[in-house]
Order: sequence, then C-alpha cells, then structure tokens
Amino acid sequence: MTFFKEAMLVAGKDLRIERRSRVALAQILPFGGIVVVMFAFALDADRTSLPIAAPGLFWAAVFLAALLAIGRSFTVEEANRARDGLRLSGLDGGAIFVGKALAIAVELFLLEVVLGAAVIALYGVSVSGVLVLVCAALAATVGLAATGTVYGVLATGLRARDTLVPLLVLPAVTPVMLGGSRAFAAALQGSSSDAWPWVQLLVAFSVLAVAAGTMAFGPLLEEG
Amino acid sequence: MLGRFPALAGADLEVEAGEIVLLAGANGAGKTTLLRLCAGLLPLRSGHAEVLGVDLAVDRRAMRRSLALVGHETFCYDDLTVQENIRFATRAAGRSVADADAALERLGLGRAARVTHSRLSQGQRRRVALAIALARDPRLLLLDEPHAGLDEQGRSVLDAVVRAAPSEGRTVLLASHELDVARQVATREIRIAAGRVHEEPAGAGRTLPRAEAWA
Repeated sequence: MTFFKEAMLVAGKDLRIERRSRVALAQILPFGGIVVVMFAFALDADRTSLPIAAPGLFWAAVFLAALLAIGRSFTVEEANRARDGLRLSGLDGGAIFVGKALAIAVELFLLEVVLGAAVIALYGVSVSGVLVLVCAALAATVGLAATGTVYGVLATGLRARDTLVPLLVLPAVTPVMLGGSRAFAAALQGSSSDAWPWVQLLVAFSVLAVAAGTMAFGPLLEEG
Repeated sequence: MLGRFPALAGADLEVEAGEIVLLAGANGAGKTTLLRLCAGLLPLRSGHAEVLGVDLAVDRRAMRRSLALVGHETFCYDDLTVQENIRFATRAAGRSVADADAALERLGLGRAARVTHSRLSQGQRRRVALAIALARDPRLLLLDEPHAGLDEQGRSVLDAVVRAAPSEGRTVLLASHELDVARQVATREIRIAAGRVHEEPAGAGRTLPRAEAWA
C-alpha cells in the first residue's frame, strides 16, 4: 500500500469514529459556539470593537476547540490499547501522522465554517476577500492540525496529558494564530494585498509542520 | 524493565518455525513481557533477540507485518463495528477486505459484524482480536492468555486455529495459566520463572502429540 493510501486509511478510520460517536458534533462544535458567544457578551458594551477584534476572537475560538479535537484524536487510541494496534499494524509512522492530522484538519475546517458564520452574525462583520479568507483558513488549519498531532502523540500516555497539550501547543502555533488573525483582519478590511504575505507565512509554517511531523511521528509513537 | 527491575533477565529461547510453544509461569514471571518484546512493542535493553530473522536491537518494526499479537487488550476502536475494526487492521497490514471477511466468518463473528466493539462481550472481543490476527496471515502468532473469557465454542474455535497454525505456515507462542487446556494444542512447553526461561524436561508429558501430527 502506498503512503497516500495508508494515510487515507487512517484518516477514514478517524473520521468514521467521529461520525459514529458524534463527539465533534455534540461537544466540540457547541463548545466553539459558546466561546464565540461568550466573546460577544464580553465585548457587547462596545459594539464598534467587535468587528475589529473578530479575526483574533475567531482564531482563539478555533484554537480552543482544536485542543478538544486533538485530545479526542488520541483518546480513541488509548482505549483497548488501540495505539499498540497501530504500532503493530505495519503502517508507516509518517502515513499515520498525515492521516490523523488530515482527519483533525477536516473537522477543524468544518468547525471554522460554522464558527465563521456565527462570527458574521454575532459580531456584525461584513465579508470581503473570500478567496484570501479561504486560503488563509486552509493553510492555518493544516498548520494547527499538524502541530497538534505531533504534540498529541508526544503527550500520549502521560497522566498530565490533558493539561500538557495546551501548554505545548499554544506557543508552537503562535505563528498560526498571528498569521490567521492578521490575514483575516486585512481581508475583512478590503485589503487583500496586505493579507497574502500572511497567507504565505501560514503556508510556510504548515509545510514545515507537516514535514517535521511526518519525520517525527513514527519515533514518538514508539516512545509513548 | 518494570520500573528499575528487569522483567526478563537471562532468558534464552530459540523457537523453530512451525512450533506451538506454551509459555507457562506465575503472574509477573515475564510471559507478557516476552511476547511484547517479540512483537517489538518493548525495547530491548540488553542482550540479543532475533524475531523472524530481524535483530530487534537494530529494527523492532521491520517484522511487524509478519506477526500478530492477541493480548489482554483487543487493539480495537470502541466506536467501530466488528467488521470495520477487522477490515481496518487487515488493510493496514496490506491485505484485502476479502481476507478480513474470511477471518470474520472463520471466527464465527458473522452475526456480530455490524455491532460496535463497545457493545461486545469479553469473549466476543477475544474472537475479534483473533480474527484480526488471522486476517493478517502472520508467520508468527503471539497469544497472551487467549482462552480467558472464551466460552466452550470460542475455545474450540481458538484451539482449531492454533492446531492448524503449523500447516498454515505459522509459529505460535502461547502464554497461558490454563495449562491443561493449552497443553492440548502445544507441541513444546517452556516455563518462565523470575524472568528466566526453563525448558520443561522431555518425556515429562510436555512434548505433546501434536508435535508428531505436523512434523
């Protein structure tokens, strides 16, 4: 089986588990929605600041929801020692990484669509520069999912995993949070040309994160 | 190592292809450790170990597609059905969906195919784990307490699978506390005590009839 097919096999497995368990739909999505609403309440007194702060608040909500998605992706590997099954499967470690990161990215992108709609409705944001918004979101999502997958496997098996993953992931994805927020802010202000350099930063970060994860995931999976 | 203490020390064991070796020993003797070491799930701290011609000190992943481990846990996903779990593990090993479905039928799991793993009984879970192992068509089958939780029918199926192993080109390492049952299928018995391997003496009822059957 090729690397790509192995990755798709793992991604398909993870997405099937999420579709069956409905954890993403019933818990992660509502959590992200609540965060967006809470931010709206917090800044409601100053309606003019909400559209300005919207890009940063949106990516903060996505990040918090992503932590749940990452944790969930590795929780399913803990039950019945499924992780050992993955190790014994003969699948390439890099392919397992790409598959798990892809599944998380798909979940996050769908989450972003819903949260984006909530931000538009609640924060009074007028949308412009759709192409650059979509490109920035895709690149940021890949970077977030790839980084989270690496730290997710790193913390697997540790009793302090639930608190350790956010602590490790947040500093690592700072470029994603910064680039995503700046790209969105520029695009929403109608200045797409100012947004593209941030998209390039996001793409570069994502490429690096995927490359590093593909190389590191196999050894990390063995060490846990 | 278990903490600071060696789980296996001075273990010296050589298994020929086609043997069905029973690993006996008290709780904590090192049986599971030996099986997990053979599967490449544990690192070799010292000494030399070769499984299916692969030196574990050099690469403990290379031979994994050629072996299967049925352990205390099933390695399955609770939210996937029996069929989905078997198909995933089988395809991951580079084998076909047909191989997965054949193993599912061989273990008598046809009626439970669409039941999620979380809803299975302990015995059914054992069968799923064994089905996954067989679907991978391993050259080395590692069984850790395989009879635990199985009903009479399940034990018959398991024993048939183990007995057929040599004719199917498989070698079996079987760790068990149920010695009377396990001796019915084993061709050789080894005792592990305090992390060391002791060959049971020949002629003491330990070299069992199946040895002649396939030799």
